[in-house]
Parts: sequence; C-alpha cells; structure tokens
Amino acid sequence: MLSVIGRYLIFLGKLFTRRESLKVYWKRFIDECIGIGVSSVFIVAIVAVFIGAVVCVQTRANLVSPVIPVYVVSNIVRDMTLLELSSTFMCVVLAGKVGSNIAGELGTMKITEQIDALEVMGINSASYLVLPKLLAAVFTFPLLAIISGFLGIFGGYLAGTLSGIITPEDYIYGIRYSFIPFNVFISIIKAIVFGFLISTISAFQGYDTRGGALEVGQASTSAVTNSCIAVLIADYLLAELLT
Amino acid sequence: MIEIKNISKSFNDRMVLDNVSGVFKKGETSLVIGASGTGKSVLLKCMLDLVRPEAGTTLYDGRDFYVGDEEDKKDIRREMGVLFQGGALFDSKTVHENIQFPLDMLTEMGEGEKKDRVEFCLQRVGLEGTGGRMPSEISGGMKKRVGIARAIVMNPKYLFCDEPNSGLDPLTSIKIDELIKEITDEFEITTVVITHDMNSVLSIGDKIMFLHKGKKLWEGNSQTIMGDTVPELEEFVFCNKALSLMRAGR
Ligand SMILES: Nc1ncnc2c1ncn2[C@@H]1O[C@H](COP(=O)(O)OP(=O)(O)O)[C@@H](O)[C@H]1O
Ligand SMILES: [Mg+2]
Repeated sequence: MLSVIGRYLIFLGKLFTRRESLKVYWKRFIDECIGIGVSSVFIVAIVAVFIGAVVCVQTRANLVSPVIPVYVVSNIVRDMTLLELSSTFMCVVLAGKVGSNIAGELGTMKITEQIDALEVMGINSASYLVLPKLLAAVFTFPLLAIISGFLGIFGGYLAGTLSGIITPEDYIYGIRYSFIPFNVFISIIKAIVFGFLISTISAFQGYDTRGGALEVGQASTSAVTNSCIAVLIADYLLAELLT
Repeated sequence: MIEIKNISKSFNDRMVLDNVSGVFKKGETSLVIGASGTGKSVLLKCMLDLVRPEAGTTLYDGRDFYVGDEEDKKDIRREMGVLFQGGALFDSKTVHENIQFPLDMLTEMGEGEKKDRVEFCLQRVGLEGTGGRMPSEISGGMKKRVGIARAIVMNPKYLFCDEPNSGLDPLTSIKIDELIKEITDEFEITTVVITHDMNSVLSIGDKIMFLHKGKKLWEGNSQTIMGDTVPELEEFVFCNKALSLMRAGR
C-alpha cells in the first residue's frame, strides 16, 4: 500500500519534469478538454436533473408537518445540490466514465509498446500523455459542476412544479432564502480537487499496466475503485477544512 | 557501431540476461536469435535504455548510453529508429500522422518539408497513397511497413527491429526482411534485428548472435550457422524437418 502511494507520488513528479514545448501541449489540451469535458456534459446533465428531481420529491414526502413552510423543500434541494450532488456525486459518476477511459487508453498504449515508442524518441511519455488530461480535467470539472448545480436545481423545479408539490413562487423564494454564495465556491474547489485525483489516479493505474488485455481491464476497474475512494476521502477532508 | 558489454539483467531474482556482450557494425544487418522467452526483447530494451540492466554498458560509436540524464541522451535518441514487435503505431493518429510524429516532436521542419519527407518514407516502404488510413484499418504487414517508415523518418544511424516478421505469412515476412536489409545497405545504418524466424536467419544474417536462456552461446553468420555449432543452436536451427533432411544429405 505504502509503496503504491510512493510510486504514485514519483509518477506525479515525472509529470512535471522535462516537458515538451507549449505548442505541443496546447493542441493535446484542447483535444482532451473535448474528450474529458465536452463528452461528459450529457451524462452530467441527465444525472443532475434526475437527482435534483428526486431530492425535491423525497424531501416533500418526508416533510409533511404543517409548521414547516413549503419553501424549505427548494432550500434543501439547493444546498444538497451545491454542497454534495454537483461536486462529489457528479465526480463519482465521472470517475466511472473518465477514469476508466483514461486507464483503458493508457493501459492499451502501454501493453502495445506505444509508450515505449514515445520514450525511445526521447519524449517524456508521462508528461506528454497525462499532463494534458490532468489540465483538461482540472479545467472542465468545475465547469461541469456549475452545469450540474444549475441543472440539479432546475430538475427539482420541474419535478416540484409539474407535480404540484410546490408553486414556482415558493420554489424560487426557497432557493433564494439565506443563500450563501460561498457554497458555490466550495463546489468549484471540490471539482478541481476531484478532477486532479481522478485524472492522475486513473492515469497512474493505466500507466502501471503490464501484461495483456486482461490486465488493461483490471487497470480500468481499479482506476474507478481507487478514484472513488480518493474522492470520498478528499470530500470528507474538504468538508472539515471548508465548513 | 554499437557495442554492448557484459549486460546482465534480472527480474525478481530471475536472471534474464547473463553477461551478454557483442558488437553490431555499421552497414550490417545483425541478427539476435533465440527461442521465445530467452530475453531477446529485454536485451533490446536494455540497449534502448527502456530497461536499465544491473551491470554492463551500451556504447553508440563510443558514447556510453547509460551516463547522464534524458536530456543528454536526446542526441543519441534522435539517431535511433525502432520497429516494435506489434508496430506500436499510435491508434489515434493516421498512418501519415504516425510517420510525421517524430518530425513534429523533434525537429523544426516546415509543414511542406515534413510532408515531403513522410511521402518519401511511405513510398520507400511501398505504401504510397495509404497515408490517410488509420492503423486499425490496415493489415499486419502494412503496420510493420508503417512502423519501419516511422523508424527511418529521422534518417537514423541505428535501426532496431523486434521480430519484424512475427505474425506475417512467409512471403510477406521475406519482403519485410528484404526491405530492412535494403534500407540498411542504402543508408549505411547499423541495424539490429531480433527474430526467431529461420527464413530471415538464412537470408539476411550478415552477422548472427544466438541467445539461449539469457546467455550468448554462439556468434557467426548465415553460412557458418549450417555447420558445426553448439547443441542448443543445432536444436533451434534444425527443428525444421526440411532443414534437417537437407543437412543429412549434404
Ligand atoms: N518488465 C518485466 N518484468 C518481469 N519480467 C519480465 C519483464 N520483461 C520481460 N520479463 C521476462 O523476461 C523473460 C524474457 O522475455 P523477452 O525478452 O520478452 O523474451 P523474448 O526472447 O521472447 O523476446 C521472460 O520470461 C519475461 O517473462
Ligand atoms: Mg520478444
């Protein structure tokens, strides 16, 4: 366990040493932003709308007391969405999508000697392949978190108003009531940290692959598992730190 | 000229290379032969410094490849071309982009100049007009040709080929072997070919080194290999019935 963490840290060090020219990275960065960020918008949107809707309906169903005003429902939807759903929950979903993709791609490149081919040309393969992915994740995850936060609240609005649980006026009042802008900031910070963890852990798993197709599959699986664990631990630490 | 001196390498206490030395000369196609799992690819990786041996050195025209950091090695790396066992083409790039890749990364050439150079290499390996295809759309033999084109695009002084004809039919194999030999002669390259294919051994071996269980047991050429050698090599060479009949009748 400790030796794995040690090798992970050495791997991180390798990412930032002996880089190629900036021009090379720019194109790779744009490609990865599309591969990692843009292609995840759909799944993030679906998850956010439905989870927002479910939170709204569930909260209403469990808060039937007449002394609690109905706008509390959208108030809860807002806080849940901003604090956990749009960052932690979204990143657990992205660990599955982005993490397995990164580990599978790098694992395949490793076992088919494409990484060796880069190394013999004198290119730092870790930095050339992984740094653009890391930067793309750190750049696009916060944007996805903003989309997710917005759509989560919107999903709650749709479910609440269409089913008649809450009036549009109450819903809007609730999401504005005692709003703390700092929570948006927390969500963005969390997305940046989780983007870093997911991209580097998955890349490390893929990069460490040895053997054949079977091992590539295993690398993808452990990339997802380990990224999820890291995200949850980091979530707890950040919660202690930021609130 | 490439010299390897006393190279030893083990993985988890298992000796894979045991004190291997040898010389590969300029303008010659040298072969490293041996059964599967004897450490041929590991020897190649040691020569390329992808794997660092516990002992020994590799000298490229007298320059020690194991001293200094990656920055110091860049000059020698620019003079190397490598054809990996499976071709190792980048899946996400077209054939043309694959061949152009070293030029993009390592030179300051203009776009037109790069294009011409890639076209020249494509034509040299007999693949004119396939530059736009993806690696997944071409056959195994074509992949090897593209791999060779990518390996020679920087005008290397040293060319390494790991089992260039594994997985190919006999006719295609011979064509690939001949291509490697022609290119070696034409551009005066120091070429090292790893193989276990007897057809290649007999047709292109200017110089042959035989590895068995990590040790170098014999050295010679395609003529002397048919004569008296060592028992392990005889077993390797004459496992083919036709060859052993030919030998009995000589
Ligand atoms: N990175 C590695 N870690 C552990 N063992 C290895 C590694 N690379 C090669 N080996 C072992 O070294 C031996 C020689 O392998 P190799 O050089 O690939 O054989 P071949 O002569 O067929 O090319 C094999 O038994 C292989 O399992
Ligand atoms: Mg091999």
